Amino acid sequence: MTTLMALTRKPWIWSFVAAFLVWFVTILFTGGASTLGLSQAALTFAAFSIVVGIGQMFVITLGPGNIDLCVPATMTLAGTVSLKFMDGQDSMIVFGLLVAIAVGVAVGIGNYALIKLLRIPPIIATLSMSFIVQSTAIWTNRGLRIKPPEILASFTTETTLGVPDVAILALILSLLAYVLLQRTVYGRWAAAIGQSINAARMAGIPVDGVRFATYVLCAVLAAICGYLLASFSGGAALNMGQEYLLMSIAVVVIGGTAVAGGDSNVAGIWGASLFMFLVVSMLNTYGFGAGIRLVMTGLIIIGVIVVAGGRSLRNH
Amino acid sequence: MKLRLSSDTIRLIIPALSLTILLISVFYLQPRAMGYLGLNLLFNLAVPIALATIAQMLIMTVNDLDLSMGSFVSFIACVTATFLQSDPAIGVAILLLAIAVYAGLGVLIHVRDLPSIVVTLGMSFVWSGLAILLLPAPGGHAPEWARAVMTSRPPLVPMAIVASVIIAMFSHFLIMRSSFGVILRGVGGNARSVERAGWSILAARAATYALAAFFAILAGIALVGLTTSADANIALRYTLLSIAGVILGGGEFTGGRVSPIGAVIGALTLTLAGSFLSFLRISSDWQIGAQGAILIVVLGLRLLLNRMEKKEKRA
Repeated sequence: MTTLMALTRKPWIWSFVAAFLVWFVTILFTGGASTLGLSQAALTFAAFSIVVGIGQMFVITLGPGNIDLCVPATMTLAGTVSLKFMDGQDSMIVFGLLVAIAVGVAVGIGNYALIKLLRIPPIIATLSMSFIVQSTAIWTNRGLRIKPPEILASFTTETTLGVPDVAILALILSLLAYVLLQRTVYGRWAAAIGQSINAARMAGIPVDGVRFATYVLCAVLAAICGYLLASFSGGAALNMGQEYLLMSIAVVVIGGTAVAGGDSNVAGIWGASLFMFLVVSMLNTYGFGAGIRLVMTGLIIIGVIVVAGGRSLRNH
Repeated sequence: MKLRLSSDTIRLIIPALSLTILLISVFYLQPRAMGYLGLNLLFNLAVPIALATIAQMLIMTVNDLDLSMGSFVSFIACVTATFLQSDPAIGVAILLLAIAVYAGLGVLIHVRDLPSIVVTLGMSFVWSGLAILLLPAPGGHAPEWARAVMTSRPPLVPMAIVASVIIAMFSHFLIMRSSFGVILRGVGGNARSVERAGWSILAARAATYALAAFFAILAGIALVGLTTSADANIALRYTLLSIAGVILGGGEFTGGRVSPIGAVIGALTLTLAGSFLSFLRISSDWQIGAQGAILIVVLGLRLLLNRMEKKEKRA
């Protein structure tokens, strides 16, 4: 009983409860006919939001005003460029991943350079950067329709022991992110900066270094996600990152991470990502059209944040 | 004699200067743009963007951020092209309801102390959904009067310029000169002291959101007046453009430091950035990128100016 009580106090538990409820209601409708299929699809699609979400979470941890709006553009550019370099050849898969990571590193460096050198708020810095990155993606993508390498495409769509490969990959990345956030000096530093940047500076924390690393990390994770998503959907598209702008922020916040920064958790991102996908598929199952589906998704996001309570700066 | 400028004026110099430089470069590249028709074409699409930017600026005045601006303007555009055209009574009722919803959001955000980013994020799905329900496929017709206003040709100065000046002046008096505006900016600057002075922050926030909705509605109507028809995704870009416009015009995310005139100039600059590139004959692939680059250049200039200002103070 005490463990149950302790569980309800964890900020991430609610996203899992919500995800499970939605899953259950959907299964109820289909009479259990597509339980496995639904679960696998949920894990696959959630995996992409999880990878982007983790990056966004680290950035949001840095405190008020820190947010990366460049995520969708980075995904598109990384997906486009890596597919171009791989040119459908299986032998180039690792090289393609390195290219994607390089794109992420470059965007991350650009983002932080703008924040630091021009002293502009991160929202505007990453926004300006995203305009430029998106333009670059449009330019490289011109009339391009390159298929992903065979092996990579099947990796992103197949399952191992019933679990989608991309979900396993997302799990590995999440575990690494958890260790990074909770068990390393870097993670503690990032949280400290989010709680009070001045106190962190006085404590001798290399604030600039940590923030720089965080923006690069976020861009790299977005790039990896773009690489996987482009392979999953059989080619890069210019709007492939679009929905991940709002999605990456939504999963972080619904997952129980403090919007004001300084207090984050990785587990909640899983619950929230599964929840976001399951809501859509539940409404699909019940035969609602695209319009109703969007309205319901929005109302549910607001409902969750109202019930779970916003943990904003003023509460700290 | 030394000219002393207020810090508000200095804030306006950079955006005004960048707009002027951009405009001169466009005229240099394409002298034919330097007429009544040319100017109208250059700035036509800036009118709805300027209105949306003012709406976003109002929200930013009370330290919030509206991530649903683009989808809300799209929704309004769909309402304008359908109900407002065929059944004006129902159309107006929907618009009033939308304002009420915005006021309600302000109350909800304040009472439950929620992050505005997340609430408006959720609302962006809601507005998009409603827009799709109204217009599943692009279509509809602009009401005659909206079309007439947006395509009217006042003597000497084109409509787009007249509209921009009116928007800038009206919102300037509302935010910078009226007592209502002072309370709004006070909520952004120091909510507690406004409360102690006896004002209701709850009411101020609700009023801000309602007023923002009003400006966003004007943006939607103006947009349909220009395009003659609507679709559910017509203005999605406005979310980011409006935030960029406010910042470009000298506004800040926190502290209630905003500039309505600057915001309109910011919106004009962003619109012009697109045309500038096409005059340079650079491929349209780079249009969005140019907006990003101009944003960066202007913010760099502002940093330079701030530094000079500080040096002068020290001297």
